[in-house]
Amino acid sequence: MLENLFVGIADWLRSLLGGLGTPGEINEAIVMLAKLVAILVFILVNALWLVYMERKVAAYMQARIGPNRVGPKGLLQTTADIGKLISKEIVIPKKADVVVFLLAPVLIFVPTLMVFAVIPFGKNMAAIDMNIGVFYLLAIASLSTLFFWMGGWASNSKYSLIGSMRVVAQMVSYELPLVLGLLGVVMIVGSLKMSDIIAAQEHTWFIFTQPIAFLIYFIAAVAETNRTPFDLVEGESEIIAGPYTEYGGMAFAMFFLAEYANIMVICAMATIMFLGGWHAPFGLDFIPSWVWFFLKMYILIFIVMQFRWTYPRIRVDQLMGFGWKVLVPLALANIFITGIGMKIYQAIGW
Amino acid sequence: MLRTQEYFLNFGPQHPSTHGVFQIILTLDGERIVKAEPVCGYLHRGIEKLAESRTYTQVIPYTDRMDYLAAMLQNLGYVQAVEKMMGIEVPERAEYLRVISGELSRLTSHVLATGVYALDIGGFTGFLLCFREREKMMDLLEELTGSRMTLSYARIGGVADDAPEGWLDKLDKLMDEMPGYIEEYNGLITGNEIFQARTKFVGQLKPETAVNYSLSGPVLRASGVNYDLRKAKPYGIYDRFDFEVPLGENGDCFDRFYCRVLEMEQSVKIIKQAIEQIKEVDGPVMAKVPKVLKPPKGEVYHEIETSKGIIGYYVVSDGSNKPYRVHVRRPSFINLGYLDEMLKGYLIADVVAILGSIDIVLGEVDC
Repeated sequence: MLENLFVGIADWLRSLLGGLGTPGEINEAIVMLAKLVAILVFILVNALWLVYMERKVAAYMQARIGPNRVGPKGLLQTTADIGKLISKEIVIPKKADVVVFLLAPVLIFVPTLMVFAVIPFGKNMAAIDMNIGVFYLLAIASLSTLFFWMGGWASNSKYSLIGSMRVVAQMVSYELPLVLGLLGVVMIVGSLKMSDIIAAQEHTWFIFTQPIAFLIYFIAAVAETNRTPFDLVEGESEIIAGPYTEYGGMAFAMFFLAEYANIMVICAMATIMFLGGWHAPFGLDFIPSWVWFFLKMYILIFIVMQFRWTYPRIRVDQLMGFGWKVLVPLALANIFITGIGMKIYQAIGW
Repeated sequence: MLRTQEYFLNFGPQHPSTHGVFQIILTLDGERIVKAEPVCGYLHRGIEKLAESRTYTQVIPYTDRMDYLAAMLQNLGYVQAVEKMMGIEVPERAEYLRVISGELSRLTSHVLATGVYALDIGGFTGFLLCFREREKMMDLLEELTGSRMTLSYARIGGVADDAPEGWLDKLDKLMDEMPGYIEEYNGLITGNEIFQARTKFVGQLKPETAVNYSLSGPVLRASGVNYDLRKAKPYGIYDRFDFEVPLGENGDCFDRFYCRVLEMEQSVKIIKQAIEQIKEVDGPVMAKVPKVLKPPKGEVYHEIETSKGIIGYYVVSDGSNKPYRVHVRRPSFINLGYLDEMLKGYLIADVVAILGSIDIVLGEVDC
């Protein structure tokens, strides 16, 4: 019953529409739209809660209590914060490129939202199961660099400019190990389709067969989302807030929420590629698949948050050195070893 | 070849990492510093001039406002200078209370410096962990002096009041716990691989340069120069305590940071000894001094070791009840003297690391 909760809702909607006598194609389009809207709402609401979660995690790591006033246990704190930020005036700096300046915080959400279309949240629970799912996800996710750069450039502020230069350098450098890390898994499965990758992990998760790839992916992914220890882009003790320096009110909040949505993307991706997606471990099938998916995803998010509140920030030259001298060679070596291993297995005839 | 261009960046006065309102005008080539020009004075209040129209006792609260993170040590320097001029003998118990509150002040300052340095490097948790202990010390200081930061506890001829009952036991208990907390800082901040990569061999300072530029405090000792006034020229009753002067080897940011951590351990040691010894000393906490202080004509220079370095008070008396001139040698200000040379060739991130490692207080820099 719970297992098919969301699939059931979709079927019910489909049958409801079927009863109205409209053409089948239009019905399918409406169902698809409903799925996308559901994901959209989920992401935005979830980003709000993630901010709350981050503050609580931070508080408990720092011997504090954290938000506890608005709503039960402070659960509505971020909602109240967003309410406040919406009511703020949007200040546009003098000599800023107004159109680009205002577009950047809006567009920053676009790649994130597009990515979620292909993520399977449970058994048969992907909005679209594309045959090049992984490729699509990586291609779209890396688009966000552009919008950071837009914001930084249009602000016409030196701190913003330094920050956005860092974004470009960092994201381009870490895109490479990220993709190369995932390549090991793709090689084993032989498909870029998300559902195939998850199906291949029914017995063994790829974190056990590809541990190095997982580490490379996870480190590069943390760098991709500009989280500590790779948060040079914001680096508040050096360049104030990087590309967001000149943004205030809701424009700033959009960047802020996009960061959390991005964390969700990378953790969901790690779950799919390495932690068996929605597969239940130890045969605990009675718990619905989507619960497993979210559980795995939130554990990873929790780990990312722990990173942030434990590590200091790495320096820009060290960041580049680590990316190009350590992660990329390691990822290449991993691909090489995976290839040899696969050939050997084929020769043995497993 | 692309045509590149150097550009200016105003680092401060409104910037989260300048520890106040300090400005550095950076000339940058990409992220690399070509030229750095420190600008101070945004917090100048003319304390030295104000002192000229106050009586000798009224100057004490002004000294608080210089290095407000270790206010007791600032009080102490001034008060001892005036006592030196008037030849006042301070009662034994007052001397011990001065050492205890002074070292406690040094601890609060060093704990904050440690935490803020973690924040400068980007670790937020280290910052708040250090505040946890600082809060406990502040509570104790409040109980002793009635104030958390601007203590004004020292008086010419002694201290304001004796320690309240049970206060010394509470302090003793905290000092017992302190090594554990310092261990925690080392685990979270000092031992971190990234932290060490960021600070080791950054902003190295040669011992000769440090001496030539008259630097003092942990900045000097991190370069390996063994010069702590508490040991070199003991003032008050510092010759009665057994403690070491921690030294650095490389004179880099890490050594400057770690020197402070080690000094905290030594301060704890001193306080523990002082608590032990004060129990046997009874008596007044104020010497018999006239109501209106009129030091004889003349001048005096007295220096002590604060948490930032050597603070020197130069007081000139014309025989009236107000000082003719007060000049302060402020360690934060003088330690900044070599900053522009030190920053050359480093990255923006290193500016924060180097400035943080000097540990300045703007109230003292600008006076």
